[in-house]
Amino acid sequence: MTPDMTVIITGILVAVSCGLIGLFLILRQNAMLGDAISHSILPGLVLAFLITGSRNVLPMFIGAGVVGVLTAFITETISKTERVYKDAALGIVFTTLFAIGVILVSIFTGEIDLDQECVLYGEITYVHWDRLIMFGLDIGPRAPVILAAILIIDILFIFLFFKQLKITSFDPQFADSLMISSKKWHYILMIFVSMTVVASFESVGAILVIAMLILPGATSFLLTTKLLPMLLLSALFGTLSALGGYYCASLLDTSISSSIAVFGGIIFFIIFLIKSVVRTN
Amino acid sequence: MEAPIEVHDLTVAYRKKPVLWNIDFELPESKIIGLIGPNGAGKSTLIKAIMGLLPTVSGFVKIYGKPIKDARKRVAYVPQRESVDWDFPTSAFDVVLMGRYGNLSLFQRPTKADKEIAYESLKKVGMEEYADRQISQLSGGQQQRIFLARSLTQNADVYLMDEPFVGVDASTEKAIISLLKELKDRGKTVVVVHHDLHTVREYFDWVLLLNMRLVKIGPTKEIFTDENLKLTYGGKLNLLSEMAEKVGEHR
Repeated sequence: MTPDMTVIITGILVAVSCGLIGLFLILRQNAMLGDAISHSILPGLVLAFLITGSRNVLPMFIGAGVVGVLTAFITETISKTERVYKDAALGIVFTTLFAIGVILVSIFTGEIDLDQECVLYGEITYVHWDRLIMFGLDIGPRAPVILAAILIIDILFIFLFFKQLKITSFDPQFADSLMISSKKWHYILMIFVSMTVVASFESVGAILVIAMLILPGATSFLLTTKLLPMLLLSALFGTLSALGGYYCASLLDTSISSSIAVFGGIIFFIIFLIKSVVRTN
Repeated sequence: MEAPIEVHDLTVAYRKKPVLWNIDFELPESKIIGLIGPNGAGKSTLIKAIMGLLPTVSGFVKIYGKPIKDARKRVAYVPQRESVDWDFPTSAFDVVLMGRYGNLSLFQRPTKADKEIAYESLKKVGMEEYADRQISQLSGGQQQRIFLARSLTQNADVYLMDEPFVGVDASTEKAIISLLKELKDRGKTVVVVHHDLHTVREYFDWVLLLNMRLVKIGPTKEIFTDENLKLTYGGKLNLLSEMAEKVGEHR
């Protein structure tokens, strides 16, 4: 595989896995929570690095999962206990956690393989040369291998628990009345969001993660009223953004992850405009 | 025989501020019961508390003598229509089918039998033609019928309905009330949160007058009086005169 192919495949894997799991955030009218989690997992990541002294995959996912669920939980608790609106509570929690992460990164900058540049924009350009070595074997470029695993896990999760995700997204109170706990499924979804985000984060940074969590889903929401086609379209738009963004970046010789995010935005606005024109006519 | 719903000494608080105080009552079987009170009286809260959806400060709820957690399958809950997003990507049939989810195990998908029950329920509310319609394309009345059809698939003994008559057309209102009567004739107990004082005498066998505390409960004929309405709506003077007028009109 050429280095260019590795970059493209990494971009597509990020876009598809974020697009699928992100659609459920949109359906729950909770897109901002994805934004928050993609920032707040930073201290979780840094702590995982510091404790294990390595970039092992498992501690990284555990660190991110814990902080992701914590973000949702603290936000919920703050807004339920005192008079703080939910979005304000979210703003308080994720900025604080992210800032803690930034401070940790700068304090331990010598000991961990993360810098502030990488946190925001990722290092997708160099993704090919970062190899995943397991049992002394070179399995492949680290980021796409991990992302492929995450994508399979996400698809399995959505497939197996489709009914729970659907009912708790549409009518959480009714779900609770059937003893399908909306709270429990909310937090389970947050674990999967966090894992997907952390897998994507390393290669593409926080900005692209947010874009990919929200843009493909929001675009497909404009086009269909059925959940399954919506998921497929979300994956498709993710793929298109990754491809288009990559080629734009090579043409203009600029940041790949930002180009992918811009391309996703352009697709959204084109479809948005076409839809509004069709509607007014 | 045990009452379909028994509420004892129930207090519910929101951010430490009580919204329901010492609620205590028993409801008879096979009746349509109106839950009446001003805005902020705690009507929806009472329904949710009976359903076990809210933490309670004190007291307990029993369904046919059992705590709610052991009797969930005997109770069907119909939330307010406005509480969900009707742009959600799903069809009328799929929403109705959700009523069966409580009977499915973790990985199980709805069976053919579940789908048949859902279709029958759609028929009962006269919505079978709209099965494949996206829910945002339904009128308010049709959306309410879908919610009712969903509760019918649960085949419960107690139905708790939060404002099923709000924002529906006259024909839907009639369809709903005849459905409620049919449920009652089959021995079911139906509790309905209701706003429109005009129709109380016509629709309900019993009324429960609520304003954070239980004001009165009993057969509509005995309980739904000017005096008791004043007790329930008391303090809200502008509302009070409006209510008196409405009750007068009805006579």
